[in-house]
Amino acid sequence: MIAILWKDLRIELRTRETLSSLLLLGLLTLLILSFAFDPASELRQAAAPGVLWVAVIFASVLGMNRSLLHEREQDCLHGLLLAPVDRGTIYLAKTTGNFVFMAAAQVFVVPAFIIFFNLPVGETLVRLLPILALGLIGLAAIGTLFAAVSLRTRAREVMLPLLMLPLATPLVIASVEASAALLAGQPLAAVGHWLNLIGAFDVVFLVVGWLTFEYVVEE
Amino acid sequence: MSDPVLARHTESPSPDPADATQGNTAETVLGVTTGALVLAAMYAVFVYVPTDSFQGPVQRIFYIHMAMWLPTFSAFALVAIASLMYLWRRGPGWDRLGRSSAEIGLLFCTLGLATGSIWARPIWGTWWTWDPRLTLTLVLWMIYATYLLLRTLSATPEQGAVLSAILGLSGVIDLYLINRAVYWWRGIHPAVIANREGGSGLADPRMQVTLVICLVSFFLLFVWLLVLRMRTARLQDILEECREALARGPRAARV
Repeated sequence: MIAILWKDLRIELRTRETLSSLLLLGLLTLLILSFAFDPASELRQAAAPGVLWVAVIFASVLGMNRSLLHEREQDCLHGLLLAPVDRGTIYLAKTTGNFVFMAAAQVFVVPAFIIFFNLPVGETLVRLLPILALGLIGLAAIGTLFAAVSLRTRAREVMLPLLMLPLATPLVIASVEASAALLAGQPLAAVGHWLNLIGAFDVVFLVVGWLTFEYVVEE
Repeated sequence: MSDPVLARHTESPSPDPADATQGNTAETVLGVTTGALVLAAMYAVFVYVPTDSFQGPVQRIFYIHMAMWLPTFSAFALVAIASLMYLWRRGPGWDRLGRSSAEIGLLFCTLGLATGSIWARPIWGTWWTWDPRLTLTLVLWMIYATYLLLRTLSATPEQGAVLSAILGLSGVIDLYLINRAVYWWRGIHPAVIANREGGSGLADPRMQVTLVICLVSFFLLFVWLLVLRMRTARLQDILEECREALARGPRAARV
């Protein structure tokens, strides 16, 4: 598992393809959504957590499509499957890799978000961190599984968001609501139920992915 | 039945091999009963049942609306069972069951959403609200629409079957979480739910009778459609295999 993870990280460090596209897409989404809401209105502040999560989700969909496309291009997936490891392990490695890329992209997207929406820097960072971490785990878990599914269809790139977003509904709702409450200054305890929900989502889909990945990649 | 491909498919528990492709008496009886009951339901809804004193004639759609959900949820439950069994046992029958019930479930779900919307416009003053139940249903609709799309976009039918089984399974596992999320998201709208079940007051026994007729008749319609769809799916599979056998050449077909 560490080897696969390390391989992905090394490819990324050498090409910087995924990370740079993830990053730019995240920033662009923030920009476009800022245009969508009138900068002067109250609505904009209220929409801030939603904007952040839309940016995060779009960027992760793109990033996860890429991460498995790599494997497809040179038939690397076959090589990977020939390795004497459990398919579930491959899934966990890919998921961890995707999580790392997404988290790395957030290092730039979140500060941009703070600047665009004129939020208090330190406080926002500390408050958003647990939700972002949990949310990204969930997105990586479900995204990696369904990226592998969508790779096997004819409409590869389109399929991933279609498959993933309806299933990710609880994650999206919980993340946006929890972020909104925390940005509005409520204590962490007030969003405990949302965090539990995201945590449950993470666990459930990590297990589902781990168990079913085998069926997805088999020929 | 000299064709071995066809013969393999018709190895059904029933002694008559024609059963698989042609339907039988039980099916005809089911079809006729369903037809009669749906007609009776229509009569009950439009003529027999008294008009609701608060909501007026529009309340009559409620009987049909309500009757859509039993088939919808039965169908989606069947998809979940079929998905699990397909991943476990790999019987083509499980795949056909999943495919067929997803299609029919989606049909009833669409009708349920549409009738609900038509009712909501005059009563709630809006076509749509983000009530937890509505949101949950819409998300379900999306999941099962993708389930069917995934099949049509898969490279081979077997692959489509496996992939959509994974989606079908994930969908039902996710259901609890979606449910929690949408309820917390919009709080609980007691007025909405109470209005629909308590407030509209099916006090009149004729209303209760109508509701029961609708529930039973549309559920039978669901069963009947499912039986028909399963048979069509089976014919499709046979046809597909015959085609493949022919493509491999006449020699291969005889093996």
